[in-house]
Amino acid sequence: MERIKYSELRSTPKLWSLLAILVGFVGAAALTVLYIEHHGHIVTGMNNQIVWGLPHVFAIFLIVAASGALNVSSIGSVFGKQAYKPTARLSSLLAMALLMGGLAVLVLDLGRVDRLIIAMVKYNFKSIFAWNILLYTGFLVIVAIYLYAQMARGVHSFALKAAGITAFLWRLALTTGTGSIFGWLVARQGYDAAIMAPMFIAMSFSFGLAMFMLVMIGTCTMTNRRYAVELRTRQARLLGLFVAVVLYFTAVQHLSNLYVAEHNGFERFILLEGGIYTWLFWLGQVFFGGIVPLTLLFHPKLDVKKGLVVLAALLVVLGGLVQLYVIIIAGQAYPLEIFPGYDVSSSFSDGVINQYSPSYLELILGLGGVALALAITIIGMKILRILPVNLSDDNVDITQV
Amino acid sequence: MTKEKGANIHRRDFLKSGAALASVTLASGVTLMAMGQGVAAGANPNVRWGLLIDANKCPSDCSACISACSNEHGWEDNGLPTDPQWIRKITLKDKNTGHENTLPLMCQHCEKPPCVDVCPTGASFKRADGIVLVDRHICIGCRYCMMACPFKARSFVHEKVKGQKTSSPRGKGTVEGCNMCVHKLDKGEGTTACVTACSATGNNAMIFGDLNDPSSDISLALTNYPSVELRDDLRLNLGVRYLNI
Amino acid sequence: MKKLLILVLMIFAFFSTAVLAQSLFPNIPKATGNEHPQGNEFMRINHMDMLRHERDMTMREGIRDVDNSLAQCISCHVVKGTDSKPVTIESEEHFCRVCHDFAAVKLDCFSCHNSVPEEGLKTSFKHPDANGSLNAVMAYLEETAK
Repeated sequence: MERIKYSELRSTPKLWSLLAILVGFVGAAALTVLYIEHHGHIVTGMNNQIVWGLPHVFAIFLIVAASGALNVSSIGSVFGKQAYKPTARLSSLLAMALLMGGLAVLVLDLGRVDRLIIAMVKYNFKSIFAWNILLYTGFLVIVAIYLYAQMARGVHSFALKAAGITAFLWRLALTTGTGSIFGWLVARQGYDAAIMAPMFIAMSFSFGLAMFMLVMIGTCTMTNRRYAVELRTRQARLLGLFVAVVLYFTAVQHLSNLYVAEHNGFERFILLEGGIYTWLFWLGQVFFGGIVPLTLLFHPKLDVKKGLVVLAALLVVLGGLVQLYVIIIAGQAYPLEIFPGYDVSSSFSDGVINQYSPSYLELILGLGGVALALAITIIGMKILRILPVNLSDDNVDITQV
Repeated sequence: MTKEKGANIHRRDFLKSGAALASVTLASGVTLMAMGQGVAAGANPNVRWGLLIDANKCPSDCSACISACSNEHGWEDNGLPTDPQWIRKITLKDKNTGHENTLPLMCQHCEKPPCVDVCPTGASFKRADGIVLVDRHICIGCRYCMMACPFKARSFVHEKVKGQKTSSPRGKGTVEGCNMCVHKLDKGEGTTACVTACSATGNNAMIFGDLNDPSSDISLALTNYPSVELRDDLRLNLGVRYLNI
Repeated sequence: MKKLLILVLMIFAFFSTAVLAQSLFPNIPKATGNEHPQGNEFMRINHMDMLRHERDMTMREGIRDVDNSLAQCISCHVVKGTDSKPVTIESEEHFCRVCHDFAAVKLDCFSCHNSVPEEGLKTSFKHPDANGSLNAVMAYLEETAK
């Protein structure tokens, strides 16, 4: 068994082309922001009923995935699984990169992007949004320190563990905060549920690990590095467990709503009559985003078939985006019940399902955030010793997996 | 120069505090105009402005309040889902009996407004006299208040705005909604554009006044008739009440 | 000789800046109404603080007896275009833009506020004589106290 060695990514045409493509996406998103900033949100698909659109789906996905991407690090240094440690650096780097990508989309979709500084200096401490601003920036700082502790020589294992525990607790708080953005919206039928916070934590475990595995497998394949099969398979099985937990929370969320007569209308909308949203829920979120990857990840031949892991992780990511689309968009599409017991109509879409068709601009902005996160990750791996070079099965202590 | 400026601001502050002191001794709602210079009281914490709307007196074909608001504040609804609507007419049909009713709906000026709770910068705020406003100087356009409002009372300005009313500034990328004609109240007019328009039609479906003053028209009406507040399950204690829904 | 050269150069520099100043400095449009009692120089340096101070008082506290409201600025400092109508902030001639363009300072007021006086809206504004108005309010306070 050798000592694990880390190295920067080597400059290869492949690497630079990939980076160029990502920068292209980021550039397109930047132009989109300028365009929306100039004309106003009239050029997007958003309106006065659907006020948070596709950019928020991407932003919240990335933010949720960011805290989850830190799992591998936490399992290594907080829960003492030595075998996870060689992949811990990437886990921390990816967590920071995903958060930056998500935050970029979130703030660039503001009505007044130019006033971002106000969000930094004026705080209303009763607002969970304001709390999140602090949680997000704090996360970046803490994980940066954590990454330093992971990489620097001579850091005491106690210090590493302390940084790891702080980061782990912080990320739980962060995802609780993100879930509570929706959970605490008492006015809307689709939200107003305390289960949102733990469900978002489960989602972060799942989406974050899926993103991690995709980046890990992708980079190792591209740069001809080893990703120990045993470790990969264990991490994939863990992803399977997280997918199951997300399905569980989804089931509990809808079952408890079904029990309360007040929420029956919303459940009928999501589960039966919501058209596109019902399809997205059952087919996108539950079947392709949940059941299929679950089956794949517990496939007995998972260790010899890398493709299955990649496919499953991709499905988890896409299913996650669909799940957030259903939560965010369908939650707004369902009409507010201001007058229970009445059929309501008005010129302001009262009592009807609100229409939303996302524009390409919003899609470009959202993809730009993903590209930014990946670009930061690649640049990070290029200039820092993030990835191990000799992570072969011989060098993984299987008893510690 | 710095010293001079400091002294000057200080003096002006003193003027304001003196003015506020002077006006407290007078009856609420009365604006003082002293010695050629306007000396107004500002939002009075002893007052809570409110509206009472009688749905029975609100004919389905009347939209006087809406056009009055639109004229007063300069917003325009051309039927697009991105157009703002500070006030709108709602048609209610009882699911069981089929009885139909209409009423205007606008910002309900909650005592505990969810929009104020969720606003990250504090742009959404409640004045001392109970009016819920958006400070568009620090609104960043995150639209969380629109997610939180139980009444869809707020609109987001999706396009560049030109030719705003001087008394009602509004602009692209910020959130807006009914401000209870705060500029009129501060001038001591004691009423709003929608209520004035409603009275002018002769329907008199809307009463405006001080909820804290037991002798005001609105308080007397609230004492004498059974009124409701919308979404009373949320316990927001609304400033707008309805009769005969 | 050296001293003379320096002197000549300095004189040259002085005159050239004077000429430059004439051609490059903004040509500030004349306003209507009374002069600012604090003087133009004071206003140039402090107008943003005054506006901000009054804006928060008006917006947050509903105090509208402001000495220095944006509407008042606009009503006196209106610039008429060739069609003899007030020019908006989109024109380079607009009073605010003349200096703000020169100083390259972004102006955010007019994304929400109107940049021209509203037609038919009368602003009966007189620049208060600072001491006079203080005395007036003090006298008023005394009167109401009786």
